[in-house]
Amino acid sequence: MLHRFTTRVAAFGFALFAAAAQAQASAGAETLIKQVSTEVIDTIKADAAIQGGDVQKVIALVDTKVMPHVNFQRMTAAVVGRYWRQATPEQQKRLQEEFKTLLVRTYAGALTQVRDQTVQLKPSRNAATDTEVVVRTEVRGRGEPIQLDYRLEKNADSWKIYDVNVLGVWLVEQYRSSFAQEISASGIDGLIAKLAERNKAPARRS
Amino acid sequence: MRALRAVAAVLVFAVLGGCATTGTQPAGPGAAANPRDPFERWNRQVFAFNEGLDEHVMKPLATGYRNVVPELARTGIGNVFDNVTDAWSAINNFLQFKLEAGLGDTMRVMVNTLFGVGGLFDVAGDLGMPHYHEDLGQTLGRWGVPSGPYIVWPVLGPSALRESVALPLDRYAMPAAWIDADGVQLGLSALQIVHVRAGLLGASRLVDDIALDKYSFIRDGWLQRRRSLVYDGDPPPLPEEPDAAEPPDAPASSPAR
Repeated sequence: MLHRFTTRVAAFGFALFAAAAQAQASAGAETLIKQVSTEVIDTIKADAAIQGGDVQKVIALVDTKVMPHVNFQRMTAAVVGRYWRQATPEQQKRLQEEFKTLLVRTYAGALTQVRDQTVQLKPSRNAATDTEVVVRTEVRGRGEPIQLDYRLEKNADSWKIYDVNVLGVWLVEQYRSSFAQEISASGIDGLIAKLAERNKAPARRS
Repeated sequence: MRALRAVAAVLVFAVLGGCATTGTQPAGPGAAANPRDPFERWNRQVFAFNEGLDEHVMKPLATGYRNVVPELARTGIGNVFDNVTDAWSAINNFLQFKLEAGLGDTMRVMVNTLFGVGGLFDVAGDLGMPHYHEDLGQTLGRWGVPSGPYIVWPVLGPSALRESVALPLDRYAMPAAWIDADGVQLGLSALQIVHVRAGLLGASRLVDDIALDKYSFIRDGWLQRRRSLVYDGDPPPLPEEPDAAEPPDAPASSPAR
């Protein structure tokens, strides 16, 4: 009798646990974003070199803290669009490298400006079972809050970012048509060359 | 003001005329015609003109303004402009039946006008009251008016058909629209344009650094941002473009789209 009771309690407990775990499935995406944002902000706050505008250190920071949580292949494939399949594996690799450098250059300046900002999660409409979600956040600091949203996908047990939205502009969509324009004008190698040329130009300081 | 209106009318015809003759041709490098930018060829010419104007007039003026006018004064000037923008925003919030935001903006204007010496100080901001930044273009969008084709205006820059229709009324977001004397009006408008440009000095340098093609970079960013604003930062997904009919391989990712 007692044995049956404990089994039932255990089963009930297990069911509760499973339900909670499922509810957390998409909460996991929010937790990840919160955690990564906090880590990045804290690191910059503690690093005088980054605050002084050391781009190499910004790149190192992005590589260690952010990139492990990004499905960069998917991101690049989405930007390149239908041409991605026509690209050789070597071209795909080069595209990813150059696009990543371009993005880091884009955000390096903003990251060196981080001082007393905090990131707040905003309510989202994701269901617990979704495997692709949008996590919405707001960066608060001096001045107006900045909208910063992420698209994430679930692979096995981990969430990976595949698109970022700054102030209402999704990154993939932002670059898609200029990439297509470049490819239709001068091919995939032309795009790679153009990106490489952009990335080689010294970043001007404001 | 009447003269300005006449100029605007001429420009509208010039644009429409330009469209009639160039609209059917694929334009721009690579001829990757964008369905939302049927007047690309014309727009690129205006864009080039604006870039020249910016390089030789606007940017030097804005840089001078930033270097000469102390930051405290610039903040005050910006606050006065913002206060009028907030009043226009309040009206547009009500037009969109966003009562809470409309009341918020109304309160903002009252607080800043009364306690912030006519809007010189952003007391409301110090109290943590947000701006809602609505304009007539967004109101029309909210009412279901589509954005229409992308249009680049001389001097004014990126716009779309809907925003262009709203433009004569969206002037009320500028203090200049509320003042009768022509000279003061012109001076105030110029000051506001220079002030806004000065705030964008860093951003425009960044665009120069990262855009593959500055024209399409600004166009795509502007269109996305406007759409996002109409839906207060959370727009519904776009219908799939023909381009995306063949979806990019998203390796090892789930099939849900």
